[in-house]
Amino acid sequence: MSHANPEPRDPHEDGRPRARAVVGSHRIEEEIFGRAFDGRVVSRIWAFVRPYKRQVAISVASVVVFTAMQLSIPLVIRYAIDSGMAPGAKPGTLGLIVVVFAVVIAVNYVASRLQEGVTGRMAENVLFDIRRSMFAHLQQVSLTFMDKTEVGRLMSRLQGDVNSMQEFLENSVLSVGDVLLLFGIVFVMLWLDWQLGLLVLMVLPVLFIVRVVWLKRARVAFMAAHEANSITNGALAEAIHGVRTVQGMDRGALNAELYGELAQDNYQKHLRSARMAQVMIPVVDTLTGIAMAAVVVAGGAMVASGRTEIGVMVAFLFYIQRFFDPIRSLTMQYSVMQRAMASGHRLTEVLDVEVAVQDAPDAVALGQGDDGAVEFRDVTFGYDPDHPVLQNVSFSVGSGETVALVGPTGSGKSSCMSLIHRFYDVQGGAVMVGGRDVREVTQTSLGRHIAMVLQDPFLFTGTVMENIRYSSHWASDEDVIEATKAVGAHDFVTALPGGYGGMLEERGGNLSLGQRQLLSFARALVADARILVLDEATANIDSYTELQIQKALQTLLKGRTGLVIAHRLATIRNADRIVVLQQGKVVEQGDHEALMDRKGLYARLYDMNYGSFDDLPETVTEEDRRRAT
Amino acid sequence: MTDASHAQTQTPQGQERLLRRTAETDPDKGKDAILRITRMTLRYPVRFAVAMLATIAAALTQLSIPVLLGRAIDQTQAVANSTGESDVLWTTALILLAVSVMRGLFTLVQNYTAESVGHALAHDLRRAIYDKIQRLPFSFHDRTHSGDLITVGMLDLEGVRMYFSTALVRTMLLVLLIGIGAWLLISTDPVLGLLALSFVPFAAWRSSVTQLTLRRTWLQLQERLGVLSQVMEENLAGIRVVRAFAASDFEMAKFDKASDDALALSYSRIDTRVRSSAVMTLAFFAAMGLVLLVGGQQVAAGEMTVGSLATFLTFMTLLQLPVRQLGLMVNAFARASTTGARLFTLLDMEVEIDDAPGATDLKVSEGTLRLENVGFGYTGADPAVSGISFEARRGETVGIVGPPGSGKSTLMHLIPRYYDVDEGAISIDGQDIRNATLSSVRRSVAVVQQDDFLFTTTIENNVAYGDPFASDEQIRDATASAQLHDYVDGLPKRYGTVVGERGVSLSGGQRQRLSIARTLMLEPDVLIFDDSTAAIDAGTESRIRNALRAYAEDRVTLIVAHRLGSLKHADRILFLDKGRIVEQGTHEELLSLNGRYRELHDLQTRPDADISESKP
Repeated sequence: MSHANPEPRDPHEDGRPRARAVVGSHRIEEEIFGRAFDGRVVSRIWAFVRPYKRQVAISVASVVVFTAMQLSIPLVIRYAIDSGMAPGAKPGTLGLIVVVFAVVIAVNYVASRLQEGVTGRMAENVLFDIRRSMFAHLQQVSLTFMDKTEVGRLMSRLQGDVNSMQEFLENSVLSVGDVLLLFGIVFVMLWLDWQLGLLVLMVLPVLFIVRVVWLKRARVAFMAAHEANSITNGALAEAIHGVRTVQGMDRGALNAELYGELAQDNYQKHLRSARMAQVMIPVVDTLTGIAMAAVVVAGGAMVASGRTEIGVMVAFLFYIQRFFDPIRSLTMQYSVMQRAMASGHRLTEVLDVEVAVQDAPDAVALGQGDDGAVEFRDVTFGYDPDHPVLQNVSFSVGSGETVALVGPTGSGKSSCMSLIHRFYDVQGGAVMVGGRDVREVTQTSLGRHIAMVLQDPFLFTGTVMENIRYSSHWASDEDVIEATKAVGAHDFVTALPGGYGGMLEERGGNLSLGQRQLLSFARALVADARILVLDEATANIDSYTELQIQKALQTLLKGRTGLVIAHRLATIRNADRIVVLQQGKVVEQGDHEALMDRKGLYARLYDMNYGSFDDLPETVTEEDRRRAT
Repeated sequence: MTDASHAQTQTPQGQERLLRRTAETDPDKGKDAILRITRMTLRYPVRFAVAMLATIAAALTQLSIPVLLGRAIDQTQAVANSTGESDVLWTTALILLAVSVMRGLFTLVQNYTAESVGHALAHDLRRAIYDKIQRLPFSFHDRTHSGDLITVGMLDLEGVRMYFSTALVRTMLLVLLIGIGAWLLISTDPVLGLLALSFVPFAAWRSSVTQLTLRRTWLQLQERLGVLSQVMEENLAGIRVVRAFAASDFEMAKFDKASDDALALSYSRIDTRVRSSAVMTLAFFAAMGLVLLVGGQQVAAGEMTVGSLATFLTFMTLLQLPVRQLGLMVNAFARASTTGARLFTLLDMEVEIDDAPGATDLKVSEGTLRLENVGFGYTGADPAVSGISFEARRGETVGIVGPPGSGKSTLMHLIPRYYDVDEGAISIDGQDIRNATLSSVRRSVAVVQQDDFLFTTTIENNVAYGDPFASDEQIRDATASAQLHDYVDGLPKRYGTVVGERGVSLSGGQRQRLSIARTLMLEPDVLIFDDSTAAIDAGTESRIRNALRAYAEDRVTLIVAHRLGSLKHADRILFLDKGRIVEQGTHEELLSLNGRYRELHDLQTRPDADISESKP
């Protein structure tokens, strides 16, 4: 995203008396207002509106009719007074005018239903369509983009930004009505009596200018209140999430005091914003008063001199009550548009993220007939092509063989794993699966051919059964249970409330990491692929569960090609072959004994460790990270 | 992330959701809530009174405008018929202007003071909620979904805040407008007055029914949109799993289902809204048409002046908006009663773990921790620990091991009084911790948690969290002891680096070291490591241990760990199983027992032994 957020301010600088105590963090809001009109954004959004052209036409047409009816009501009243009620009027006239009035309000009823209904539905449709195509697009974009973009940020695109587009669309149609109404009133007034009209209309530019000046200042106050609110709410959320730490460290009293300051500030800013919001009311009322007084004095004189009729004066008084409304909503529409342009800009940014990997036009499907061999042929790859993370990597895994990838953090193990699945395309060489270049096969069939177990055993909201089956829709309940038994997770699953049908809490929060790991093994087993790619968890799991995981891993690898990013000695030693990576290059390969004999990197790593292969690399990691930043 | 399961696996499954957001509330509770909020607004008597007086003044000035307009028209006709002076028009115009200005000013005062009462109330409630949440014990937070608490503190608070300005004051204004207006019109002409007001009951009823329907479906819609955002959020967070299983079709189907559900409801909401709004407009204009017809005939017959008719018509226009908005007021009442009920449920919650009457600060001299026959169970579950007795003196280190779910963490959470024991007692230097002030117990006993919460602020603020007045040297020393100083020192902004959501993301091991540093700052009498080194590599852990050797001399140290290597240096090790101590002694003594500890030890030193045998 191009909206670079500056680092949150160091809380030191704001001159608090207490050096190191704050509650809540200052969250920097995204730019809320953009330019009022951005042609590129509008044309992109128009593409989403185009399928609803007919609805747009209907709603604009009904807005026109609706506005015309609104305009004609005071006119009908005028004629009722001047022609229907005047002394000596024909007896049927009033009845006729009331019939006209009835027709007008009937048309008004239909037009207002059409306008609001069609516009509302159209805006909802466009909103859901934009969201869907963004979501669908995100399923295709490169993982590099997904990795460096916070989920929260994307969510605010999919929700907040999309909503402000909806608001914009709905309001746009209404603004057409407002503009028409404003011009309509001006026109009708001038037509009824151009002199009186001009006199009354003099207040319009005054109001317009006052509002524009006011809006600028009011917005500052509104934004300040909005921001104070989100800071205060952020501090509350922090207190809720960190409540155990707060109580454990006895910070409650101090935090309450600090929060009190935030709440006080929030209160003051809201009062200011409320003052700002209300200050326009007397201005509008005063201008209305002036206009009415002008009609009474000038109009009265004109009626008295017989230049115009009393009904005209009544109609004027009615129009005056109405003509401040469109100005209010039009000036508000300006903010809505600015907000929509900023949102639209961010939406198009998401829609424009490049799709990195696509099926070749002549891609074939990998099928049951294809074996499980994996080969890296002289692969060079970098997320940024100028900084390759893998250089001329070659190794092969025979069908049914298990290979362990080891090496310090940042050596390129995870990249190898992503390339097998074609999450990214290589810049040099080729990755072969089942004897075919991964770029020549369809991604769906590749996904079927390869099962992956990730370090973070991500679980979805839903039942245990749904989670284990996941997208393997062909698997029956029995298949799922069988797989769960095979990985040794059946016992704890049946002990859960609801068993297989029990809902997992968010991300499986009610399970231990080890248990979640086992479920993700079962998920991979149900997918029943020829090749298993596994990234072992680095964190320490209690020894009892660890034992179960090791056993499950053996079950999982039985009869499959296995490629494991290994951290645990047990896993490494059980592999048929070990490939040692360092800084994106294969430095050693062979089985455990052979590598120990070589006394190279593997032997060094092995000797320095106890129990887990990942203990050493922390220092390497930090160096690495420092180099990266 | 570390193995953060133990506390949770032992608490009763599922949360009660006592503050769950639902459309239905106990009507009595809702009524009580309304009364209570009304009473609370009286805490600001001046503003309350000003708001009420301004409302009355605003209603009166508003009502006089149609009367003045009618008079102006009649005067105009009088002038035209040469029966009146044109000067009177000037007078009426000036009064009209003055009344308009006053109407604006009174409305401003009314709206502003009403809102300010709401904001003042919100401010007070906000602080009360914050304080309450901070003080409610762990057991409450175990049972309560954090999202529900956030909802209470943000959305429910809004509902209560809006009550005074949107429900109470506006209703009063409407009642005044209709009441005085009706009296005015009906006293002028009963038939025409009733006709002019005929749309009011219908519009009021429609508007109320519609708003209540909309409120109900709004809550449903929020739920459906919640499902939709869950689908999206999980998809994005778990995108690697999605890609790994080539499951984008599956995910799109999930999305479409959630999306279509929400869209269908949105449609029906639009329909409800539009239908009602159009029909209310129709009713209003129909009434106006009748007034025009009947009034017009009277005018034509000379029984009524054009000015009076104009008064009727402008009065109707004036009334139209507030009557249509009656639904919003009804909605505001409904909202205040449900949100208020939930909010007060929270505020009225008893703080179960609090200072006993007459509690005094813990006085620590010897620094001896003693557990006597301690037993505890989470509400509604079997006892998690029972019959635990041990003593630890200053300078001693006690290790605690056991299989998952054996009650290790639970036991550790009893010592700082996160939970109260059900049986037995925990004492420090002979003082039962239940008789000491909570604050002094928490300062005396500090726990490094498994998966500690880091605040989105600078590293130094995080380290100094429990001791904000600490010097830079103290912060540095604690961070250095936790083996994190070198890393922090290498960051561009060093201790000023912001961690968390918007800052540098730390690895699991670094997070754990940061929380160790933070806890060291407290210099407690009892220091507890609750499985808090799981993500730290063995080498770093042993460096931390060496750095803390002198530190440990001054306090009791309790260490819960999976890795037996972390406990070798302990003076004593307790092996827990099913909430009881089954073996205890030094590392060597326990090994020679050939029991459970030995079994675990063998498992860890020969991790692949069993597997190799089972390998095909």
